[in-house]
Amino acid sequence: MSLLGLGEFHAFGAAGQRFLYLVPSAAVFALDDPAAALIDALDTHNLSRDDLLAAVAPRFPDAALDETLTELEQVRAVGPVAAPPAPMPTIIPMTPLTPFPLTTMVLNVTNQCNLSCAYCYEYSEDKIVDTTNGAQPKFMSDETARQSVDLLFRESGDNAVVHVSFFGGETLMNFPVLSRVVPYAREQAAARGKRVEFNLTTNATLLTSEMIGFLVDHDISVTVSIDGPREMQNRFRVFHDGRGTYDVLLPRVRELLRRHRSRPIGARVTLTSQVNDILGIYHHLTDEIGFQEVGFAPVTTSPGRDYALGESGFDQMVAEFKVLADEFLETAVAGRHHGFSNVTETLEEIHKGVSKAYPCGAGLGLMGVSTGGDVALCHRFAGSDEHKLGSVTDGIDRNAQVAFLERHHLANKTDCHTCWARPLCSGGCYHEAHTRYGTTTHPNLHYCDWIREWTDICLRIYGELAERNPGFLTRFDS
Amino acid sequence: MRHLTAINRKAARVEQAVTAPAGDVVALQQGSGPPQQPEGPHIPLGCSLVFSPGWEADRNGGTAGLCQPVERDLFDCHLGCFWPAHVPDQLNHAPDWTSKCAAAQKDWRNIDLIFP
Repeated sequence: MSLLGLGEFHAFGAAGQRFLYLVPSAAVFALDDPAAALIDALDTHNLSRDDLLAAVAPRFPDAALDETLTELEQVRAVGPVAAPPAPMPTIIPMTPLTPFPLTTMVLNVTNQCNLSCAYCYEYSEDKIVDTTNGAQPKFMSDETARQSVDLLFRESGDNAVVHVSFFGGETLMNFPVLSRVVPYAREQAAARGKRVEFNLTTNATLLTSEMIGFLVDHDISVTVSIDGPREMQNRFRVFHDGRGTYDVLLPRVRELLRRHRSRPIGARVTLTSQVNDILGIYHHLTDEIGFQEVGFAPVTTSPGRDYALGESGFDQMVAEFKVLADEFLETAVAGRHHGFSNVTETLEEIHKGVSKAYPCGAGLGLMGVSTGGDVALCHRFAGSDEHKLGSVTDGIDRNAQVAFLERHHLANKTDCHTCWARPLCSGGCYHEAHTRYGTTTHPNLHYCDWIREWTDICLRIYGELAERNPGFLTRFDS
Repeated sequence: MRHLTAINRKAARVEQAVTAPAGDVVALQQGSGPPQQPEGPHIPLGCSLVFSPGWEADRNGGTAGLCQPVERDLFDCHLGCFWPAHVPDQLNHAPDWTSKCAAAQKDWRNIDLIFP
């Protein structure tokens, strides 16, 4: 007799309710009590349909258990078990339709920086791109910037909105080119009946009142790289002469926050073994400085650097993420905004039911342009010959792109095939993998435990909000 | 669904997919199904309106699917249909293909397969 067993899912509870996060569909269903009992009955061993119904029936004499079981089968939470051993889940590799339209072009307008952050992936021991003098132009030219914009529009297909991101180096060191390419991109968008949006990442130490005026006038989103209160910011984020940057950037950031009101200004924090007081950093950046959003990411580094987060560092990080996430939950239940953007981003993906074949848009809808005009996977690889996908003059090398996408599909990451968090993680950042394992194809196995823990935390928050304040989640509908 | 509640948008789509009425699969159907096939009329064409030897019934024993090209291409397409089906080349290779079929209603079993 054929046996029924559990499908692939992650079960979680929130607000007294049982939920399933189904893999790979990424659907979230709430269970009634009989459905939960059927799942529990299959937890330890597989049963035939009749035995399963008989095992649960005494507890729910009046329930339509057969109907409940059918529903569980329909969503594949329960299914027939093949002869043991159970087969590996099948992931069918499918490269997306090509040419895949571009959504975002990241322009590395300079590879120069006025800071000397010890952990910088662009200049530290782990760097990928050859940034020695003369190997790359120090600044992107007007022509290359315009060609980057042209390429973005040319390859944007039917996308009605495209995004231009400015990155560095320190982006503002090439403010002249930036300030000229923004109106150019607006003109090009208007001529094509499209819309273009801009964002910029900066360390804020070079920000002037005129620049702020430009950012406001042109409605440019801004992310500030900042690590927290003075002693934490000054631990790694220093000028070339070793001086701390906190006192230089603080008045500039305050002016930016005061004048730029049309878009949320985000802070982006790099966590290291020495800078890891997440709650303290968050409340300093929001309550004391006034950022609307704060996102955290552990430093990208090969293991063994003294600033790398070790095993205990990750444990502490997730523990503090959890405390801050709980704060997010209570604020959201009350219908108010909380700026812990790591939660917001994950909730949005859960709400939409994102199930990724690739960890991010790099090499797909997003590409990065180096100062010299080479197109690569993303800004972190821009300028690396090994990760080149074309140039702004010759266009995108679609063969190289397809080869990249075939090699990096989730189907090729065997380690991920039994992980329930793969719809959201899909193996993680290519650059992190390259730094850690020497290849972009490797899943980031050093992150697995905390990715699963973090995803579980966010699923519980999602479940709590679905029960206690479902209206909050409608903001993710668009 | 009465026992599972769809919470996120993907769950709503899964629910929609599994609870959608099954419906007949009808040839040239315009109607219900995935989003790319909006509801529309089913227009009977070709062999469902005329006598077509061998194809009085569809593969389910009904008449709903009669105009599937794969089911028509043996004989009827060769005679009267616009569908570019693979039928024997009666000019060069198989000029006698229908010679034993004087009256289609009686003799249609005499039409055989042709192997090039």
